[in-house]
Amino acid sequence: MSGLRIRDLRVSFDGFKAVDGVDLDVAPGDIRFLIGPNGAGKTTLVDAVTGLVKASGSVHFGDAELLGRPVHQIARMGVGRTFQTATVFEELTVLQNLDIAAGAGRSPWSLLRRRTSVPTVVSEALETINLTAQRDQLAGTLAHGQKQWLEIGMLLVQDVRLLLLDEPVAGMSHDERDATGALLGVVSRDRTVVVIEHDMDFMRSFARTVTVLHAGKVLSEGSVAQVQADPKVQEVYLGQGTRDA
Amino acid sequence: MTSTVERPVSAPPVAPRRRFVLRGPGVGLAVGAVVLFAVAPVALSDFRLSLLAKYLCIAMVAVGIGLAWGRGGLLTLGQGVFFGLGGYAMAMHMKLADAGPGQMPDFMLLYGQLDALPWWWAPFRSPYFALPATVLLPMLVAFLLGSLVFRRRVRGAYFAILSQALAAALAIFLIGQQGTTGGTNGLTDFQGFFGYDLDDPVNQRMVYFIVAASLLALLLIARQLIRSRYGELLVAVRDSEERVRFLGYNPANVKLVAYVVAAGMAGLAGALFVPAVGIINPALIGIVPSIEFVIGVAVGGRATLLGPVIGAVAVAWARTTLSEEFPAAWTYLQGLLFVLVVAFLPGGLASARVLLRRRSP
Repeated sequence: MSGLRIRDLRVSFDGFKAVDGVDLDVAPGDIRFLIGPNGAGKTTLVDAVTGLVKASGSVHFGDAELLGRPVHQIARMGVGRTFQTATVFEELTVLQNLDIAAGAGRSPWSLLRRRTSVPTVVSEALETINLTAQRDQLAGTLAHGQKQWLEIGMLLVQDVRLLLLDEPVAGMSHDERDATGALLGVVSRDRTVVVIEHDMDFMRSFARTVTVLHAGKVLSEGSVAQVQADPKVQEVYLGQGTRDA
Repeated sequence: MTSTVERPVSAPPVAPRRRFVLRGPGVGLAVGAVVLFAVAPVALSDFRLSLLAKYLCIAMVAVGIGLAWGRGGLLTLGQGVFFGLGGYAMAMHMKLADAGPGQMPDFMLLYGQLDALPWWWAPFRSPYFALPATVLLPMLVAFLLGSLVFRRRVRGAYFAILSQALAAALAIFLIGQQGTTGGTNGLTDFQGFFGYDLDDPVNQRMVYFIVAASLLALLLIARQLIRSRYGELLVAVRDSEERVRFLGYNPANVKLVAYVVAAGMAGLAGALFVPAVGIINPALIGIVPSIEFVIGVAVGGRATLLGPVIGAVAVAWARTTLSEEFPAAWTYLQGLLFVLVVAFLPGGLASARVLLRRRSP
């Protein structure tokens, strides 16, 4: 298992510093929650790590430098992500979605033929994300929570070693949140997980470590209890923090 | 700052019960084969059969557009370029074959500006060069162009406009080079097709069968591509290119394959159009014909296998019939047809079946 090491990460858009010198270490097998007010730079940080936006500094996953590589190469190095709004291929079935996610290393020859059986990783992932019964349903017809799970399932069959999840439980019911949290526990057994989340209850239940971002910088870092006790965090979350607590 | 995953501009609207339509092609292909090989040759006069051959050539272009546009979301508004490259490659060979060994084509002597055959004509004397070139040359051009364009993430309307500009450029270039390309007149007055006299109705029927067989072959290729894992991946790229990128694929390569295959199909169509119709000229490959290729596909149903073929043949047939009756009105009718289909039947005629089935209890 590999960990994530970010040093002096900077992203700016037309002079606006969205991420302003972030250092971040996520240990292998950790479930790290990134929290912070809107505009703190959480999603931009994930965008930078996955190659979607240009950034300076360095991002190492294991021994490999990620910055400067195109998106699809970073994905092939074992870094996967989800988006705030679930983006599955709505006009393909659940099975087809997973099969495509599993196939980035396929030879041209096998691409040009039909799928004759369900790959083992795909059927395992279907079990893990609890969508076996929906296998042949179009992904566009799934419930909101199921789409999010399908996205996580796609990361599993893609065999990523680092999962970056952007608000995975937004809009989910209480039961769905608990199921998602349990899923994170399973996933993190042999993978490193980073979660961007606004939901404080969810964070308290399932985070192992927490990093608070504010205005593009790391404000605080540590266990859930440490971060909650930090006066700087309370100040930034004034109102929001007290209400949630 | 959010990470938006944008849909390409040309992404078609959702057709929720697409899988219904996909079941058909096996049966549809078989019926189509019977009609083309058994019914049409018996039922149609020589004249009508050669008209059908012309329509089927246009349908071959449509198969490729159905793949690139319907499945891949690439609005290929410039297929005239590849149709033209294939057509001119074939026409140059036929001109040289008519002229005989060591001779120059008649029109070059007529215009009298040239002392010798231009160097780039010379290889087309050999059928072993010219025949593969009708398909490979368009594919090569598509590969070079696609590599540039897709890697730079040009898509949607920009890609369509670029394709169209290219079709215009090729047509203008050909018109300007009258001495070596026949200019506006193009290449015509062919006597033979690989030794067979093209004036003989029997040989015209042979050309028809070659065209029909080629169309079926292209449909089988397209069918295999659509049903393969690549076909699923192509739809995924069409609907969410960024997402595919995050799965570790380079979407540029996925699109490139569909674009190059579609170009090869258009090239073969152009090559067979020449013996079937007897002419290739800039008016047949510029902007207007390029748009007409796409209209046929839209009318038939771009995302299905047989829709583009049926649409292309129907529109081409309507064009011939209606422009005989009302020469001035066809352009307007064609425009009206396109508007109606886009407004009321975005999935084309192929989706009408699904709509009807949904309404009936």
